[in-house]
Amino acid sequence: MNRLKVSLPGLNLKNPIIPASGCFGFGEEFAKLYDLSMLGGIMIKAATGEERYGNPTPRVAESGMGMLNAIGLQNPGVDGIIAHKLPFLSQFDTEIIANVAGSTPEEYEEVTRRISRNPVVKAIELNISCPNVKSGGLQFGTDPRMAAELTRRVKAVSEKPVYVKLSPNVTSIVEMAEAVEQAGADGLTMINTLVGMRIDVRTGQPILANRIGGLSGPAIKPVAVRMIHDVAQAVTIPIIGMGGVMEVDDVLEMIYAGASAVAVGTANFVNPFICQELIAALPKRMDELGIEHILDIRGKAYGAALHRA
Amino acid sequence: MIQLLTVVTRRQIASGATELICRRPDATAIEPGRFMHLRVGPLLRRPISIANVEGDLITFLFKEIGQGTKELARLRAGDQIDALGPLGNGFPVEHVASDAKVVLVGGGIGVPPLYYTMRQLIERGIACEAILGFDTAESVFYEDEFRKLGPTTVTTIDGTTGIKGFVTAALDSSRFDTLFACGPEPMLRSIQQVPIKHKFLSIENRMGCGIGACFACVCPTPDGHYVKTCSDGPVFRAEEVIL
Repeated sequence: MNRLKVSLPGLNLKNPIIPASGCFGFGEEFAKLYDLSMLGGIMIKAATGEERYGNPTPRVAESGMGMLNAIGLQNPGVDGIIAHKLPFLSQFDTEIIANVAGSTPEEYEEVTRRISRNPVVKAIELNISCPNVKSGGLQFGTDPRMAAELTRRVKAVSEKPVYVKLSPNVTSIVEMAEAVEQAGADGLTMINTLVGMRIDVRTGQPILANRIGGLSGPAIKPVAVRMIHDVAQAVTIPIIGMGGVMEVDDVLEMIYAGASAVAVGTANFVNPFICQELIAALPKRMDELGIEHILDIRGKAYGAALHRA
Repeated sequence: MIQLLTVVTRRQIASGATELICRRPDATAIEPGRFMHLRVGPLLRRPISIANVEGDLITFLFKEIGQGTKELARLRAGDQIDALGPLGNGFPVEHVASDAKVVLVGGGIGVPPLYYTMRQLIERGIACEAILGFDTAESVFYEDEFRKLGPTTVTTIDGTTGIKGFVTAALDSSRFDTLFACGPEPMLRSIQQVPIKHKFLSIENRMGCGIGACFACVCPTPDGHYVKTCSDGPVFRAEEVIL
């Protein structure tokens, strides 16, 4: 028995470790460091209808045990990704999850239609939670009716299962999760970054050129764990958890909270070998804790919250 | 690609500026102008340019500006640093013609990579001079080290030592055909206008991953595209980037 194997809609993951979208490019840089075939999957950088330059710099700012980023969905456009990035990724024995973004529902549909047809792509991650673009992105991810409508439209054109990436910047993430589940989502990925700001006291102005950015890293991990815990008990579709995973126990925490697989983001910037190291460390840590299969612990932390937001 | 460096010596070389000499696990050659991504500070790595390499020793010169560099400046002999690198592309010393006339122009914390670059040029027998710009006399560092390599001019904005003014005040462009520069963006912008045929600039940018994956450190190019400072640079031809 493979103790790490996880099967999700469209995805046969040899292990639950997946680099998160926006933190791994299209794999090219990391492929020089280790064999990407060892990864459970790869969530590639967001695709939009046309090529996007993104925001002016500075685009990153550190904060206590976290970082703010405001890249702004820079990408070569869906056609550029299909022509130049997917062929490279096709050489690896790992599951490719394509992150889809847009400014309008029509753009989301068009990008999904094109990229989901590609045999390299095994699932779609619907990005309704990017805080760093002026239109689209987060506006679809904070209103349950809009999120559900977009999910329905994207599901209707997608040839692959659709995972909706949820934003933590909402009053009730459970309500958002239920809305997209009812609209046909095959799974959830959560959480995207928390909107934040840092100010340079020498200038009195925000550090990021975009003023605001998305907070990621270990600072947000407890928020992610809490949200996964609440959402997992409210929906029946699987969750890929993310938010500040740095070490092997963080992976286990997310699965205890109800996730079926775990994405790793910011940690790739600190240690580019982190995914490889987590995959290697999991079996040993599972032995220590007496865990036979990784999913034996899924949701074992369930319980009612005393206060629910 | 990740190695542990061991601090050998640390000394203050000017007001708020530190020299850190570390031992590497190996003595592989490093091209001048590249950088190491050091794991100091709360979370993210810090890109620090390489000021010198001699065998298995590597030197960093840096100014204490933020949390990371303050932490670096507190390290002691024997302490270890988790270093990713060397990263990026440096100055094309190997491609400089043997009869080239090279000027190295450094501004403040842009001075460090030029020391190693000048050493390499001189080892190749190429004629070169340095112009080093600082704010004021007490922030000047490595002046003697540069003078030992070759002709060196120091400028300070307040005129407390050397020539008063910016580095451009001391630059006679008619005497050179190649320029290597590193320094603050306004300095690099004015150098882009200097009439010297081959100009190479090392630019600075806030970085995330340091290997080209996160798109934090992009710089626009005249053709409407972009380059990544970390993996396409940090050294670019002057006409290649919009600063």
